Amino acid sequence: MSLYGVQKVLFRLNNDPDVRKRFAADRDTVLAEYPLTQEERRALAEADVGSLHLMGAHPLLLAPFAGRSGLKWPDYLAALQRARDARGR
Amino acid sequence: MMPLAFAAAAVHAPGITGRPQNATEQQRGVFFPAYRRLRERLESARLDALIMVSAEHFTNFFMNNMPAFCFGLAEDYPGPSEDEPFLKIPKTRVPGAARLARALATAVSEDVDIAHSEELVLDHGFMVPLHLLTPDMRLPIVPVVINCLAAPRPALKRCYALGHALRRAIDTRAERVGLLACGGLSHWPAVPESGKLNVEWDRAFLEDFLAHRRDALTRYTEAEIERDAGPGGHEVRAWIVVSAATEGARGETLCFEPIPAYAITGAIATMAV
Repeated sequence: MSLYGVQKVLFRLNNDPDVRKRFAADRDTVLAEYPLTQEERRALAEADVGSLHLMGAHPLLLAPFAGRSGLKWPDYLAALQRARDARGR
Repeated sequence: MMPLAFAAAAVHAPGITGRPQNATEQQRGVFFPAYRRLRERLESARLDALIMVSAEHFTNFFMNNMPAFCFGLAEDYPGPSEDEPFLKIPKTRVPGAARLARALATAVSEDVDIAHSEELVLDHGFMVPLHLLTPDMRLPIVPVVINCLAAPRPALKRCYALGHALRRAIDTRAERVGLLACGGLSHWPAVPESGKLNVEWDRAFLEDFLAHRRDALTRYTEAEIERDAGPGGHEVRAWIVVSAATEGARGETLCFEPIPAYAITGAIATMAV
């Protein structure tokens, strides 16, 4: 687990338009700059907010990232709930 | 010497300006007139500057370098950081009371260790109250950001101490200064529980705030706040600063209206300073 790295990517994407631009053009190169596990890299590349939520990414980092990734608000909340339910099963 | 000329606390949830129509007509009919009454009081105080105490929301700081308290010392501040469609507040620059800010930060540093920045960006925490209270954005501000976000956060007792230190600093100044806490009370932002409120917790906290009950305001453990007031409940730190800074002043509630659509109890209170 490298939750700090996951959150750092989210923070940089949320706050730096240049990082967003680079991420949009080539996700893998941007993600390779951070200490992340393969699963963390996958979850960030696919904007899998449910998995990122279970990893412990702060909701105030996750919500803006979800919005910029094209997720509508109710779908974002539903994805978090689905991830929790799946873990509970 | 000029004493503190205005003191208040009010919520800052993004839905207030971003999606006002989501609240019921009854809720809006209580909440927005109360914010207007706060605006009238602020205007009648004829302030030279407003100190605004709000919470960090990953707008300025991250866990690479997270200050407990940070005073803005800049000549002006860009905001809001959020996109205009989200907050419905146009991008602007808010003037900073830079000389006052530096003097306050210097005096406060006698008692409390603070960080300072000349590059703060204002998010909804500052911009929602400013939009409702000073929509022309001409009143110079001193922004104070508290880490209400990433543990370890400053202890509630330290926030009370910051309030004391701020008041001592304000009372040495010649300007007409106001103090506003922005944020709280219980809320669960950006998680499936969003919209859940703990109205009883809010009511009890507000009463302690109004009566400056130091021991009651600072009795909560971090786990208790998280459980009973949600991850957003840590923002009561801003309110604790104002309650400490106005000890002895009579408190008054202008609004206490639970508004799940804004994910908060619409709490607005003033101190007769």
